[in-house]
Amino acid sequence: MTEEDKILKEVTGAEYKYGFTTDIESDKIPKGLSEDVVRLISAKKNEPEWLLERRLKAFEVWKKMDEPDWANVSYKKPDYQDIIYYAAPKQKKKLESLDDLDPEMRKTFEKLGISLNEQKRLAGVAVDFVMDSVSVATSFKDKLLELGIIFCSISDAVIEYPDLVKKYLGSVVPTGDNFFSALNSAVFTDGSFCYIPKGVRCPMELSTYFRINEAGTGQFERTLLVADQGSYVSYLEGCTAPMRDENQLHAAVVELIALDDAEIKYSTVQNWYPGNEEGIGGVFNFVTKRGICHDRAKISWTQVETGSAVTWKYPSCILKGDDSVGEFYSVAVTNNLQQADTGTKMIHIGKNSKSTIISKGICAGKSEGSYRGLVKIMKSAENARNFSQCDSLLMGDKCGSHTFPYIEVKNKSAKVEHEATTSKIGEDQIFYCNQRGIGTEEAIALIVNGYCKDVLNQLPMEFAVEAQKLLAISLEGSVG
Amino acid sequence: MLKIKGLKAGVEDNNILKGIDLQVNKGEIHAIMGPNGSGKSTLSSVIAGKEEYEVEGGSIEFDGTSIMDLSPEERAHLGIFLSFQYPVEIPGVSVSNFIKTSINETRKAKGLEPMPAGELLKLMREKMELLDIKKGFLSRSLNQGFSGGEKKRNEIFQLATLAPKLAILDETDSGLDIDALKIVANGINKLRTPENATIVITHYQRLLDYIVPDFVHVLYNGRIVKSGTKELAFELEAKGYDWIIKEVEEQCI
Repeated sequence: MTEEDKILKEVTGAEYKYGFTTDIESDKIPKGLSEDVVRLISAKKNEPEWLLERRLKAFEVWKKMDEPDWANVSYKKPDYQDIIYYAAPKQKKKLESLDDLDPEMRKTFEKLGISLNEQKRLAGVAVDFVMDSVSVATSFKDKLLELGIIFCSISDAVIEYPDLVKKYLGSVVPTGDNFFSALNSAVFTDGSFCYIPKGVRCPMELSTYFRINEAGTGQFERTLLVADQGSYVSYLEGCTAPMRDENQLHAAVVELIALDDAEIKYSTVQNWYPGNEEGIGGVFNFVTKRGICHDRAKISWTQVETGSAVTWKYPSCILKGDDSVGEFYSVAVTNNLQQADTGTKMIHIGKNSKSTIISKGICAGKSEGSYRGLVKIMKSAENARNFSQCDSLLMGDKCGSHTFPYIEVKNKSAKVEHEATTSKIGEDQIFYCNQRGIGTEEAIALIVNGYCKDVLNQLPMEFAVEAQKLLAISLEGSVG
Repeated sequence: MLKIKGLKAGVEDNNILKGIDLQVNKGEIHAIMGPNGSGKSTLSSVIAGKEEYEVEGGSIEFDGTSIMDLSPEERAHLGIFLSFQYPVEIPGVSVSNFIKTSINETRKAKGLEPMPAGELLKLMREKMELLDIKKGFLSRSLNQGFSGGEKKRNEIFQLATLAPKLAILDETDSGLDIDALKIVANGINKLRTPENATIVITHYQRLLDYIVPDFVHVLYNGRIVKSGTKELAFELEAKGYDWIIKEVEEQCI
């Protein structure tokens, strides 16, 4: 109960609580995007030639592509020449240890509730912290390396583990996959890299914390996670940004590779600045996330999406291997003028492949939330199974909730089930709680958390508590 | 404990309660009976503070102070409990979590610390036994997929764990078979103390075979038209409501 009490206390408290900026000197390049900028980013990161070539190719591909407009969102398209593509907090010298961290940066960690030392060791979480365009710090690197686990920034990985990066980067999300992935492939700056060797069970949660700090910048992070045969890893990412009245672009690409018998659990708690009540400012969250499962491998995506002005995101699984398993658990909250078009794609190729989709949308204010999902059963996918459940919860009568399920089945032995419900938090439910001594804000938190239980249960314990709080705060003042 | 004077209330332009006077003292059980549409459920909702009802006149006092300006949760914190005729479902929220939240929110309002988990569990176990509630009930989603009887038993279970001063049972007997009715009635009787009071709202006399009221009131057309002791309930059972309605109408002429 103490946890819930804390949640309730926070409900009555703040608005967006991560809206501060860190006052730190930054090394940034001029606005705009050109071949020179791509070269400059690559040069800043001392990248090998092959990567620069890939970037330049991606840039050529991107130039010929159009920004997608099929999603159920409307926004003023960003001016891609008005974005800063590289901004890095200036550090005097390379960090010998985390103790050398800039005091301003340390304050930022504290405000965000990230502790890079003892506390997290006890909680068993290793953290990589990415601010604007670069990874600032990674904890427990050495300890993990003893087990052969590589956990570092992708920039370091390019230099230190070029073979792994070269082999897997772009193997799940090819350059030309979509407009934003092409852009990312050209200008990505940092992100996390993780490799779990054969048969190793990663003993702690790996986590990356993304933070946009500088004004006028975009964040283009790239995450690559490879779980070798029979290994297991649970990974979590969190994200926040300062409150700014401009829209900031976040176009990330995440690739997961689960080799035979491996399992990856990937959880996201997305809390980018959502803009204010009038819909001014906020982050455009245009993200491509995809994983591939080899034989008997399993990938489980769990996402709690509460932030961003506009979200365009479909974490997907390619179930290439026989007996592979894909899961997608999602809670997407929109309030005020937020818009979210999110869902998943489950591509069944292997025999007996199974997928489960549980999507819980919550719309309040004048927001619009859409679930968009594709279940595709290829001809080779004998005995494939899918179960999808898409629920929406509406608060008030000015918001909208939409469901776009696409199902393509090319093998007759497949079994595909789809369930969908739409409900409202009824005044009767609230009165019932009130009558039992539970105030309205607390009642909403209780009802919403109950509604999302199936998804929240998938999150690692401490993050589930975090997510519960976040849900309560995001919906503050949405009824009444 | 509860003192209602000249209470008038309705929904929008529809007057439902047209001047109710009722006094309930500690240790008493009152039955409110009446035909459908007489305003029984409205009365219970207005006492509990449901906002969709507009109070147009009169007063409600609880323990000597007016509760007219209090929110439903504040009234609950004072010790007013309503057992709903149609309890709502809250998917994903377990019975135990709901009761825990309810107890601790009430404690918080009184400036108390949350009840320690062990104590809470003990309390729930004790009351489950009292009401013959099976194991596994606590972890079910609140009222979801419950039978009519289970829903009502859940209401009484909450009543037992929250131990309010005043319990208002709105048509608790509807939807119960005779065995469930006995268990529920038995539970309510066991919960009775000289310090608390109960208002039983019912259409039928049946429940009153098991919960014996000290006073019976007949509500008709928004007014209490007749009050008496438990014998009045037997008379109603035997003769129906028509004779009272007739009596009332004659008085009006």
